[in-house]
Order: sequence, then C-alpha cells, then structure tokens
Amino acid sequence: MIRFEGAVLRNGAFDVRADLTVEGPGICAVVGPSGSGKSTLLLALAGFLPVVQGRLSVDGRDITHVVSARRPVSVLFQDHNLFAHLSVTDNVSLGLRPDLRLSTDQAAQVRDALHRTGLDGLQGRKPAALSGGQQQRVALARALLRDRPVLLLDEAFGALGPGLRREMLLLVQSVAIERNLTVLMVTHEPEDARTIADHVMFVEEGQAHPPLTVTEFFAEPPPAVAEYLGL
Amino acid sequence: MKLTGWLGLTIAVLILLGCGAAIVALIDISGGAFALSPADLAAIRFTLVQAGLSAVGSVVIAVPLARALARRRFPGRDAVVTALGAPFLLPVLVAVLGLLAIWGRNGALSSFLEVLGAPRLNIYGLTGVVLAHLFFNIPLVTRLLLQGWASIPAEHFRLGHQLGFSPYVRFRLIELPMLRTVLPGAGLLVFLLCITSFAIALTLGGGPKATTVELAIYQAIRFDFDLTRAGMLAAIQTLLCLLVAGVAMLTGTPGEARAGMIRAEAAGARDGLYLDYTIIGAAGMFLAAPVGVVILRGAPALTDLPASVVEAAIRSILVAITSAALSVTVGLAIAVGLVRLAIFRPLLARLCEGAILIVLAISPFVLATGWFILLRGHVDPFAIALPMVVVINALMALPFALRSFVPAVALAERTDGRLADMLGLTGATRLRHVLLPHMRGPVAFAAGLAAALSMGDLGVIALFGSTSTATLPLVMYQLMGAYRMETAAGAALLLLILSFGLFAAIDRMGKSNDPI
Repeated sequence: MIRFEGAVLRNGAFDVRADLTVEGPGICAVVGPSGSGKSTLLLALAGFLPVVQGRLSVDGRDITHVVSARRPVSVLFQDHNLFAHLSVTDNVSLGLRPDLRLSTDQAAQVRDALHRTGLDGLQGRKPAALSGGQQQRVALARALLRDRPVLLLDEAFGALGPGLRREMLLLVQSVAIERNLTVLMVTHEPEDARTIADHVMFVEEGQAHPPLTVTEFFAEPPPAVAEYLGL
Repeated sequence: MKLTGWLGLTIAVLILLGCGAAIVALIDISGGAFALSPADLAAIRFTLVQAGLSAVGSVVIAVPLARALARRRFPGRDAVVTALGAPFLLPVLVAVLGLLAIWGRNGALSSFLEVLGAPRLNIYGLTGVVLAHLFFNIPLVTRLLLQGWASIPAEHFRLGHQLGFSPYVRFRLIELPMLRTVLPGAGLLVFLLCITSFAIALTLGGGPKATTVELAIYQAIRFDFDLTRAGMLAAIQTLLCLLVAGVAMLTGTPGEARAGMIRAEAAGARDGLYLDYTIIGAAGMFLAAPVGVVILRGAPALTDLPASVVEAAIRSILVAITSAALSVTVGLAIAVGLVRLAIFRPLLARLCEGAILIVLAISPFVLATGWFILLRGHVDPFAIALPMVVVINALMALPFALRSFVPAVALAERTDGRLADMLGLTGATRLRHVLLPHMRGPVAFAAGLAAALSMGDLGVIALFGSTSTATLPLVMYQLMGAYRMETAAGAALLLLILSFGLFAAIDRMGKSNDPI
C-alpha cells in the first residue's frame, strides 16, 4: 500500500499534488496527458525528486526522507536502464552487489532471475546486442533480485511494439502476483491498463486523482477522464 | 548539380592544391636530404615533450574540474562555464603578458616568494611554455568533458542512487566509460594544438633547450635566411601534424550524444563537496588572474598609447574583418558544394570534407613558409605580408566555419530546399530567400570567431612583418621585447577589447527577432 498524504512533489518549477492511497498488492496504471506530472509522481516516490510538503509512506512506513537506495522501491525507466559496457549478468548482479563480487549463492540467484525473465543463453551479451524487449527483461530481472515490494514502471515499455509490450506486461503481471508486488505503471496507452491493471490513477495539470477500479474508470469516467480518453 | 555547388568544390580543390604546392615546395627546397643536426633533433624532442606534458597536464586538471562543475550548482555556475570558452578568443600574447605578470621573474608570485626569502621564479623555457598551454587548454578540455558528462543519461545516476553505488563504484561504472571515449580525442587535440602554437614558443621559449620546430623555422628564415633548413624543418612539422591529426580523426569519435530521456539535474552527491569547490576556486584563480592583471595594468596606459600602436590596431581591425569575410564566404561556398555533392556521392563528400579538415591541421606557419618559397623571385614577400596574413588567417578559421555550415546548409536544403525546388527557385533568389535566412546565425558566429582569431594572431606576420605592415600583436611583441611593459600592457588591453568586441559585434548581427 502506497500513501501520498497531502504531498507536494517538486520537479524544477513544476509542482505535483497528491493526496491518495494506492492499494496493494496489485497493479495501478497512471494515465494522463503529457506533462501532467505522471513521471514526477514516480520519481518522487523513488527518491529522485524532493517532497516539499506532506508525507509519503509504503506499507505504513514513512519514507519521505529516506535516501533512494533504502526505499522499498525499484524503478524501470523507458531507456538507459542498463550500463552499456557491462554484460547482461553484470547488469543484473548490480541489484545484489554494486561491486559485483557475488557469492556462489548469489550467482545462483542471478541465474535464476535470468531464467525467470526468459534470458537464458544471453548472459554474456552486452546491452547493444539485445533487442529493446530483451533489454527491459534484463532490467526487470534486476528488479526481481532487489526484491522490493514496490515496482515503478515509467513508460518502461513505451518504446516497444504492441505485441512485445503486451508480452512484457503479462510478464510483469505474473511476477507481481507471485511476489505480492504493488506496481505503479505510467503509460500512454489506456489499453495497457485494461490488459493488466486493477486500478487506474488519472493525473492532470499537476494534480493526481485517487485511483479508480479499471471498470469504474472506463465505464463511468469523470468528465476530465472522458475528455482525455476521447469518449 | 548547380553552379554554386561547383564553385564551392572548385575552391575546395584549389585550397587542397595550394596546400599541396606549399608542401612540395618545402620538400623540394630541402633537397629531400633529411640531414638532421643535433639542434634540429633537440627542437623535435622539445616540441614533442612540451606538447605531451601540456596534453597530459590539461587532462589531469580538467577531469576533476569538469567533474566538479558537472556535479555542483552554484550562483554564477553558468557564467563560469561560458567563461571557459573565452580563452579560445583570447589573443595569445595577452595571456602571455598576464602569465608573466603573475608567474614571471618580476611577477606577483616572485615578489611574494622574495618576502619569504625564497628565490624568484623563472618560467622561461619548458615551464613557461607548458604553463601557457595549460592556461589555454584546461578550459578547452573541461568544456569537452562537460559535454561528456551531459551525455551520460540521468537515468544512470538515478540507478546508481537506487542501487546504492559507493562514490568509487559510481565513478567506475558511470563516469569512467564516458572518460574513456572522450579523453583520447581531447588529449590528441591538445597535443596537436601545442605542436603548432607558435606565439607561446616565441615569447616563453627560445634558446637551445626550449626551441620548437616552428620556432626553429622562424629563426632559420628570419635570422639565418637558411631556406634549405627551413624547408626541411617545415616538412618534418607537416609530417608530425598530419600524423597526429590522422590519429586524432581515427580515435576522436566521441560517439553520438546518448543523452537520456530525462533532463539531467544536479547529481547533488554529498561526497567531496569541499574538494569540488576547492578545485573550482583554484582553477578559477589560475585562469582569471592573468587576464585581471592585464586589465588592471593596461587601463592607465590605454589613454596614452603611441601612434604606432593605434596605427597597428587599425591595420589589425582591417585585416581581421577582411579575413573573416573571406573565411565565411569560402566556407559557405564549400559547404554548399559539399552538401550538393553528398546528394550524389555521400562517401566522396565526406572524404572531401575530411581532406580539407586534415590539410588545415597543417601549421599556418608551414603554409606561409611554403608559399614564401614559391613566390620568392616573383614578388617581394614582405610587400604581400598583409594579404598573406589575411588568407592564412581565413584558412585557419575555415574548419570552425565548415563544422557549423555543413549541417546548417544540409538542414536548410532538407526543410526549405524541397519547397524551393517545387517552386522553381534558383540562383540568387534561392540563396537570398532559402539558404541565407537559415545561415544567418552560424555565419555571424563563424565570422566573429574568425575576426577575433585573426585579430589576436601572431604567426605569419612575425615572419614577414615590417614596421609598415605590423599588426597590433606584432607591435605588442616588439614592445615586450624592448621591456616597455606599461605600454605593452596598454596595447594588450586594447587587443583584448578589440578581439572580444569584434566577436561580440559580428556575432550580434546574426541575432535577429525573426523566427528563423
């Protein structure tokens, strides 16, 4: 469960306001026009942008002033999730030990995570030799190893084609169910929300609205949402 | 292929031929017999040693400086980064005078040391040459590295925070890979610049222990009139330059900018805060103090400059403006030619552009020597000193013009060019309404740059200048040689004002309120 309590999140000259609860475990899609503040919400939750007012908490624990490495959160960006000069295995291993000195047990964990994300046989490759979908799988494998209860996807699959995107979403869904994750997923495609989400949060002009269930969101959208969806 | 395209390519070929002829003349007069005297060997060794030290020193200091500037945000940071571009326009002699006023025998540091009972400093020789090269190249490398830091995706720094990287791991995994791609090219560029920097070697070097190849050429012509030796040394210098430029072109591909989706923000790392600000402060002092001293010392003498200085200043302004006009006209014609050629033969166009850039890596000094040998007997080289300076200064600025013109012309052709084709716009109308509106900014910037470079240049004019053709830098050099330091400081301040003033005035012409 993620709570924004009267939170004001600052991104340069732009503020985003949020006073809401995201139920978890489960998947919540975040939708809204470009520049409305969707990414700001995620980046502040991950500790990359300051909270100038209010509090953030995850499962009842206040994380407003916790540094990003200690937050119960993993992020997948749209791009640049991997270090180009490191192999697939090393990129994933960073999730366990930044200095890459793994014990035998940890190495086995890495192999397991690669297997679970369908990356068998690609361990030695560099990111440049992977497709866009494979690169995001590597990032997902690393997030699995970090084993944090909250997973944030910042348009993580926005650059993929429709088929591949659906495949990745289903992978995320199976991982989320198995690990009891709370997933917050920024997307430009309302269709993504229909595919895997339980809830949908609408963000517009720096204001995040409390999440609605997927059925509510599409069946009886508030006027602003209806306009955004073109209904 | 239209007429304008052919014109540019013809000019490009003429430039290549002119440079080639100069080199052939040099090899020819040296008789092809490369008998190197111990003095020649010493000059080659000194050239390489000082350039090597300067390149390594610039890189070693620029890395922590650029890192500090990339990581910190403080009031005036943008001004500091902009000021790092200023040494490019700063006349070399002005910097030399300023450096002497701080580090020289009668400089501020020496006076301080004397109070402490320590001996005064003497920077003439290797120390001074390297010091001056550091002054010019630390800012250059720092700016290249700042671009490198900006090209690191912000996502990587965020991942580093999230994964709990230590400062060491962050450096090794995020910053070191960027340094590995940027530093070799940057180092080689500095090395090349230091091989061909004549004015610094002339003023701070000299003597058997501190003579560069270029200085040796100058002495062979000016003092000994030994053209055989000058030709041989010039051929060696050309070989050196082409070798380094070739290697630099092969390695110096800093890769396309791979900036992330997210706008970079201050990394805001809490480690090394004091160290960062100490580095920024120390580098700022090292770079600002010499210029500050020239302004302070020159101001009183500025109102009371001798007529020779004023005449030279007027001459220099005329040379600078002519040279800038020539440089951008030729540059524009060549850029149009290259872009047209690229439509039919992309590989040939790239090859042609590369050939021009690499040929212009040849020292201007060597070109002048070659042309001097070719023209000798036909015209009095001392009579054509100023035209020669105009042409050579224009060529010196040509690479900078080409680098911004070629992409700008290509863009204009891509956007408005097709529309113009459809409407049948050709010739002068097309030039006026399609190309030039797009080129206004780049042309003004390149012209300003060329004018400032020409204004401050002390190279070819030292070789062929006389009292009636002396430019402001040459007069200033003569004043320094005669130990008339107050007047020299006044001339230096005037030169400083004129160089930056010309650049600012010409660059402003490119800024208009029109949307393009």
